[in-house]
Parts: sequence; structure tokens; C-alpha cells
Amino acid sequence: MATPESVPRTERTRLAVAGARAVTESMFVAPRDRSRNTMFLALLLFGLGIALTGLVAIFVWTLIEAWPRLDLDLFTNGPSTLRPETAGFHTAILGSLYIIAGVIALIVPLGVGAAVYLEEYADRTRWWNRLIEVNIQNLAAVPSIVFGILGLGFIVRGPISVGFVPAAASLTIALLVLPTVILAAREAIRAVPPSIREGALALGATQWRAVSRQVLPAAAPGILTGVILAVSRAIGEAAPLLLVGAVTFATFDPSYFESGYTTLPTLVFNYSTRPQEELRTLAAAGAILILVFVLVMNSFAIWLRNRFEQRW
Amino acid sequence: MTLSDIAVPSDGAELRRSLEAASPRYGEKAIKAFLFLCAALSVATTTAIVLSLLLPAISFFQEVPILDFLTGTRWAPNFADAHFGVLPILVGSLMIVGFALAVAIPVGLASAIYLSEYAPQRVRKFIKPALEMLAGIPTVAIGLWGFAFLIPLAQDVLPFLPWEGTFSSAVAGVAVGLLIVPLIASVSDDAMRAVPSDLREGAYALGASKLKVSLRVVIPAAISGIVASIVLGMSRAVGETMVVLMMAGAGTRDLTFNPWGSVQTITAYIGSTATGDIATGTIQYDSIFAAGALLFVLTFAVNMVAIRLARRFREVYE
Repeated sequence: MATPESVPRTERTRLAVAGARAVTESMFVAPRDRSRNTMFLALLLFGLGIALTGLVAIFVWTLIEAWPRLDLDLFTNGPSTLRPETAGFHTAILGSLYIIAGVIALIVPLGVGAAVYLEEYADRTRWWNRLIEVNIQNLAAVPSIVFGILGLGFIVRGPISVGFVPAAASLTIALLVLPTVILAAREAIRAVPPSIREGALALGATQWRAVSRQVLPAAAPGILTGVILAVSRAIGEAAPLLLVGAVTFATFDPSYFESGYTTLPTLVFNYSTRPQEELRTLAAAGAILILVFVLVMNSFAIWLRNRFEQRW
Repeated sequence: MTLSDIAVPSDGAELRRSLEAASPRYGEKAIKAFLFLCAALSVATTTAIVLSLLLPAISFFQEVPILDFLTGTRWAPNFADAHFGVLPILVGSLMIVGFALAVAIPVGLASAIYLSEYAPQRVRKFIKPALEMLAGIPTVAIGLWGFAFLIPLAQDVLPFLPWEGTFSSAVAGVAVGLLIVPLIASVSDDAMRAVPSDLREGAYALGASKLKVSLRVVIPAAISGIVASIVLGMSRAVGETMVVLMMAGAGTRDLTFNPWGSVQTITAYIGSTATGDIATGTIQYDSIFAAGALLFVLTFAVNMVAIRLARRFREVYE
């Protein structure tokens, strides 16, 4: 994130401004305005409170609802609607892990490659480079279900035709999160000061050597943060998977290029549409598994960002 | 060697070393080409999306006149007497967007103003990640919570409303609104923080109160970023699938404006229809793509507006 001021503000100027403001406020601001100020602040806090309450409510409700079923059966048993009290998410967890592994293998080289091209090589005066940039921004906001349609019409069937297998889901989800990875990687690369590159180039490094030995290592924490956030989004994404075959009630372990499969989010959706109370509890337990995964990934990303945030 | 030996002759260019590399550096060129392909993949993705939507959509519109599609008020593709009027699901999507924005604009902007103008650094450090966490919650989890907790809660708290069944488009809209609050809050917060502090300090020096500075100085200065955040939120709400599918149902076929009952949206139709086994080449199968094409066009238009607006506020202050 770019800071608004070019010169970082010291604590002293901040205090001086705050003090001056307090003085002008006490001298020139009418009491009526002051009470309006307080009401306005209360209103803002109320709005923020609604958002935070929603956040807490989702976590707390899901945990309470899932509590009776948070056991090891979740990991070892496959899905079943006949024995909901011992059914689990074994095949779904495997399916999700397979898909995520494929997504990581695709987005890291492709996302970093695209970001390096756009930041280090692309000539912005060329129309095709500007087209790529606008296109990536636009893709980042295309609804996920449209990627599902792409997956169904282009990857499962159509030109690629791999069928309803985990590989198709990996490819679909990778294309979905790729723009986010590219945007994050570009931010990270842009934050590396030009002097680093120029130093390497002046010592006779070729452009690729300067990028691969100097720029990428310096940008690595930022890129990794972007990748982690993309993975955490990928694990919870359900809508596009509905179209590429993840709703099959797979009771067997998936195979990457051959079999039908199911995933955590789609199985949660599947259970939640059924009327039995036990299945709703099971759906909540599955939601907890996803939430814990997402929470751990996001906390790791935030920690990484704070730990390695570099001021040049 | 004396100085005269290396004295530059009249055509000195020969002695000066060329700035071009001695070898052609094919490796460098190959790497550049590979990186370009990575970047160009995004354009290929867009092209593939357009193609995969367009081809089945064309065969769909050969059977259903486009005018009937856009003006029909009954959407019943899976019936013997099939109807393909898109208005019911289009209105469903717009209703969800309306309810979502009604929640997300006040809540998101209040959070953004608080974060950028009022929050002390310590509070900010805690609230920003919390909002990011909210943005990271998987939509199935929100859908499950909304369906099993929020709708029954709303029905208990407001029993005098004419609820119909276990679905409600209004409550679904509220849940989608909660989902887009972090987006609106963080983009608006960035826009407001990009407003130079000179503007604020100038207003304070003239005796303006904090309320006036926020509402009359910072918001007008950041308005294009704020509008961009709302437009982005809109596009996110139109495209949201799981929450809507789980909370608003997907059964309604006729044009309805009922906020207390079920409503079908474009995304929920695509999601629920594609789940079943549909044979390729049938008109039902093609209708998924026609609905998807409409959704793509809608969000594409909205996104372009947002990108333009966001670029404008960047140009002004960065």
C-alpha cells in the first residue's frame, strides 16, 4: 500500500496537529456541532459493530452447531446420508487437497511469471501490454461461477476435455485465483526499489539475472503472502466446482486424472440442502474444517506480511 | 604503449565497445517470451470465457428469440412447456444486489470513515485484519449460517412479516451485504487515506469540526474511489452464488418482487441446474450458457466503470 505522504510523519508532528485541532475545536466549534460529532462517531462505531458482530456470529454459531460432531470420524470416514452420526469428510478432504496441490503448482509459476513480465519487461506504451493489464483487473472481478462455466465448456468438455476429474477443478480454480496472485506479486515486485535492479545491471548482470537473483528474493515474502491468500480463497470456493463435477457423492478416494471426486465446500453444500438435522450438524462440522484452514492460512499470511515487511 | 597509440582516430566508433551484448543471449529472449506467455494467458482466459459462453449461447438463441428471452416473465427451462423469459431471474439478482447494497453501503462506509479518520493506530491494527478475515470466510459457511441461523432468527424477531417457507430473498441480500462490507470498507479506506493531509489540516485550521472534515472534505475528495468500491461491491453481489443458492432457494419461476419468500437469481439458476445431470446439446444445457453470458455482460460493464473510477482517484493523488 502506498503511503499518502511522501515524508513519514513523526510522532511529534502528529501530536502537534492533534493539539492544534483540539484548540481550534474548543475555540471555534459550537457546542451543537460537538454533540453532533459524538453522535456521528457513535453512528460509525455502530456500523463497524454490525460488521464485527456478523463475523463473530458466523464463527460462534458454526462452532456451537458443529460441536457434537467435532471428532476423528470427520477425517477417517467417507460421506454417507444413511449414517450421518459417523459420516465424515475423508474423500472430500483428499479431493480438496488434490485440487489445492494442482492450483499451487499452476499459480506460482504462472502468476509470478506474469507479474515479472508486467513489472520488469513490459513496455507500457504498447497497446497489448495495456490490454493485458486492464484484462487482468477485469478478470479479478469476474464472478466465480463464470469460471465454472469456462471449466464446464472448455476444460471438462470442449477443447481440453479432461472430463469431470480433479485436474479439471485444479485448472478452473487456478484460472480463477490467478489475477489475485498476479496483482499481489506485482505490488511486491513494485515495492523493490529500482536501485537494487540498477546496481545488479551496473555490475553486468543480464536482466533476467537481476530479476531472479535480486528482485524476486526481495519480493518473495510479498509474493508468498499473495499466494497464501489465493490458496485460502481456493479452498473455500464452491460455486465453480458445482459445474465441474465436484457434487458427485464420491465415497472412494479420488484419483487426479481419472475419477469423480468431491470437495469440502461442495459436500458441505450437499449436506446442508438435506432436511435431516444430523446432516446439518455434519455440514457445520465441515464448515469448521474449512474455516480453521482459512483462519490458519490468513493468520500466517498476515504474520508473514508484518514479519518481512521491508522499508527501503 | 604511448598515448598516441590509443588516440581516437577520426572514425572513433570502431574503438568504442558496443553496448550490445557480445552474444545474442537466446536464453534471455526465451525467458522473456515465456514470461510474456504467462501474462498473455489472462487474455487467453478471457477469450476462452467469451468463446465458451458464446458458442452455446448462439445455438440457444437460434431456438429462443432474443426478444422473448429479454422480455419474458416466466423462466421454466426444465418443464415440458418450457419458458425462457429471463426477467424473473434478472429481477431476482437485482433484488439481492439492492438489499445487499442497502446493508453494505452504510456499514462499509461507516467502517471506512472510522478506520481512516477516527481510529487510533492501535485499534486500526486490530480491525483491519478482522475485516480481512470476514472477507476470507468461505461463502458456503456464510450460506449455511444464513440459512440455518439468520433466516430463522429474522422470522422469530419479525413474526408479523409475511414469511413464506424457509427461504427469504431479503435476508439472503443482507447476508450478501455482510459479505461485501469488507470490500467496500477497504477500497474506500484506501481512497480516503490517499487524500493528502494538507486538505484536512487546512479545514481544521479554518475551525471545521472532525465531522465536517470527514463529510465535506475527505469524502468529496475521495468520491471516485468510494463510488468505485460500491460498484465493485455491486459486481460481487451480482455474481455471488452459494449464499443466494442456499438462502433464497432456486425454485421460483415467475416474476416476483417478494422479499419474504424464495427468489431465483441468474447465478443460483446456473449453480442449481449444472448440478443435475444435463445432457449436452439440449436447450436446457445451452440455457446455462445464455444465462452465464448475460451475467458476464452485466458484471463486465460494471467492472469497467469501477476500473475507470479507481484509476481516476489514483491519478489525482498518487
